[in-house]
Amino acid sequence: MRYQIMSAALAVTTALPFAGPAAATDLEVTHWWTSGGEAAAVAEFAKAFDATGNHWVDGAIAGSGGTARPIMISRITGGDPMGATQFNHGRQAEELVQAGLMRDLTELATRDKWAEIVQPKSLLDGCTIDGKIYCVPVNIHSWQWLWLSNAAFEKAGVPVPKNWNEYVAAAPALEKAGIIPLAVGGQPWQSSGAFDVLLTAVGGTDAFLKVYRDKDAEFAAGPELAKVFKAADDARKMAKNTNVQDWNQATNLVISGKAGGQIMGDWAQGEFQVAGQTAGKDYTCLPGLGLNEVIATGGDAFYFPLLQDAEKSKAQEALAETLLDPKTQVAFNLKKGSLPVRGDIDLKAANDCMKKGLDILAKGSVMPWTDQLLSQDTQKQKEDLFSEFFAKPDMTVEEAQKRFADIVASAD
Amino acid sequence: MSKSERPNQLFRNLNAKVASVPMVLTAVVIFVGGSAWTVLYSFTNSKLLPRLNFVGLDQYYRLWSTPRWLVSIENLLVYGVLSLVFSLVIGFILAALLDQKIRFEDTFRTIFLYPFALSFIVTGLVWQWLLNPEFGIQGVVRGLGWESFSFDPLYNSDIVIYGILIAALWQGTGLIMCLMLAGLRGIDEDIWKAARVDGIPTLKTYLFIIIPMMRPVFITALVIIAAGIVKVYDLVVAQTSGGPGIASEVPAKYVYDYMFFAQNLGQGFAASTMMLLSVVVVIVPWAYLEFGGKKRG
Repeated sequence: MRYQIMSAALAVTTALPFAGPAAATDLEVTHWWTSGGEAAAVAEFAKAFDATGNHWVDGAIAGSGGTARPIMISRITGGDPMGATQFNHGRQAEELVQAGLMRDLTELATRDKWAEIVQPKSLLDGCTIDGKIYCVPVNIHSWQWLWLSNAAFEKAGVPVPKNWNEYVAAAPALEKAGIIPLAVGGQPWQSSGAFDVLLTAVGGTDAFLKVYRDKDAEFAAGPELAKVFKAADDARKMAKNTNVQDWNQATNLVISGKAGGQIMGDWAQGEFQVAGQTAGKDYTCLPGLGLNEVIATGGDAFYFPLLQDAEKSKAQEALAETLLDPKTQVAFNLKKGSLPVRGDIDLKAANDCMKKGLDILAKGSVMPWTDQLLSQDTQKQKEDLFSEFFAKPDMTVEEAQKRFADIVASAD
Repeated sequence: MSKSERPNQLFRNLNAKVASVPMVLTAVVIFVGGSAWTVLYSFTNSKLLPRLNFVGLDQYYRLWSTPRWLVSIENLLVYGVLSLVFSLVIGFILAALLDQKIRFEDTFRTIFLYPFALSFIVTGLVWQWLLNPEFGIQGVVRGLGWESFSFDPLYNSDIVIYGILIAALWQGTGLIMCLMLAGLRGIDEDIWKAARVDGIPTLKTYLFIIIPMMRPVFITALVIIAAGIVKVYDLVVAQTSGGPGIASEVPAKYVYDYMFFAQNLGQGFAASTMMLLSVVVVIVPWAYLEFGGKKRG
């Protein structure tokens, strides 16, 4: 019960003025990119920013977004803002913007014609609140991927499935061969995300939007969603022996062939790359679970807290320009395994799975993701529900759907 | 005259009073003020930032209809009762055994107290490994030949809270043992001699003479254990992060998750107010009996 007191006390101590003149303008940038590939990617940003005559002060916060965001937010609300900070664009920083703590970038955006260079356009929508632009999108990460281990299917003696339905049908064979059909880690966001992917794949993009954008609780309780919950029930049965917590441990089960597959965002690709596996040969990726090939335009973006210091404000502008620079975009996204936010650059070095993603992007099959549509509060409730659903075999599909509809009804 | 005879109560020990002002202010502003602020804002719909937009009891209705909160309360009750009973019983038995003038008492005391030097996070991680079915106890026993042996509390929703309890007892009983030992040492030797002269068996001496005499020690131990129970958080985070599913969630974690991850301060405040209330419900009658009674008597 004392956490809020402690955080208030912390905020007071960190609010002490922090003075330190430096030759080049130091700009502290906080982010939660700490895994091997991520750190290499963010180093590209730092290099490019330092080349503009400023200095990138790295403020990496370990422990994924869930841990990092509260720290970033308490620094901004506590009066010790950093120069720039990562968030997933969408609604995570909404209230900070409304409270006037974030810098309005509209002027810069009009000058540099962001509206023309950022592709797809919906990315900028995620940064726009009341007609003003508050963030710089730097990459696109989509959730809708199924990663399959070719070795596991070979061992089970079944062909590598082409879509979700074939995969479900192949599950008994995998199980017989002592392989976990589907790896789902214990962290709540994984089961919740897997459900959202099933919703887009099995239910379709419209169903997804009806539930999460229009918050249609009646529809969420209806027969179409029942189909999706049936699929989630299949997934739950296939995943029941995954005794790991972290997503990359679950990915590792797929890499080592102990699990048949995993529903996970394209960030999982980095793990396959680090393990030296080749797309198509060692593993197969199915965007949209092979049923509905779309890409959600979630991803990472940088927000700039409103600063008093004119020097630093200028450095912020330089950083914003650097982030969208074509060269930085290529260097960063290749290392990160994500898709660039500009349509006018060439990613020759992209691997097969990234190329699939770029194709879908070029076709314009994009959709918004939950980060843009739902508040963190609603997302957390959803996570609680699905982590319980996946861990509790005796929870019925009907009960889960009813509770899901309740969450949708009270969603904001 | 009367003034010089009975100086104003306010100015007695003035130095001491001035010196304690900072602490009094801290207590009033931070503890009482912070708690009052929390309770006040629990009636608002504050999201990421606190806002005075009152919504009545909405946060509380939502709280008590949330399955995760109900699971948390149930876990806290199970964990609390068992942890209280086992800590006291095991702590006392260990202390009584150590009190038999055995050899190497210091060594044993150090061994038993040592886990207390570890933080809950470290304890949690250690026991996460020990209870891991592939690497821990189950793996070792299976490796010895009992193939069907199964002991994986952290991966079984029904018994996961006991897995956490084991770690908590391992960490905490050493301290209780030391408190009890100090209490036992405080008992006059003559009492033991008198009991022996009267021919009272050792067990009965403990139960009917020594334990009642150790009442203050038991109360201290009780308060320490109870405070540890209500705030249990880091152990759960390190061992299971609330899983599998939501089976090992505890109220403190609900508060933290909803305040910071879900960016819903109002909901987090409502939950923390309920925690405060539960402490008050236990502490106030007890404090009344314990301290109020003496004054009257």
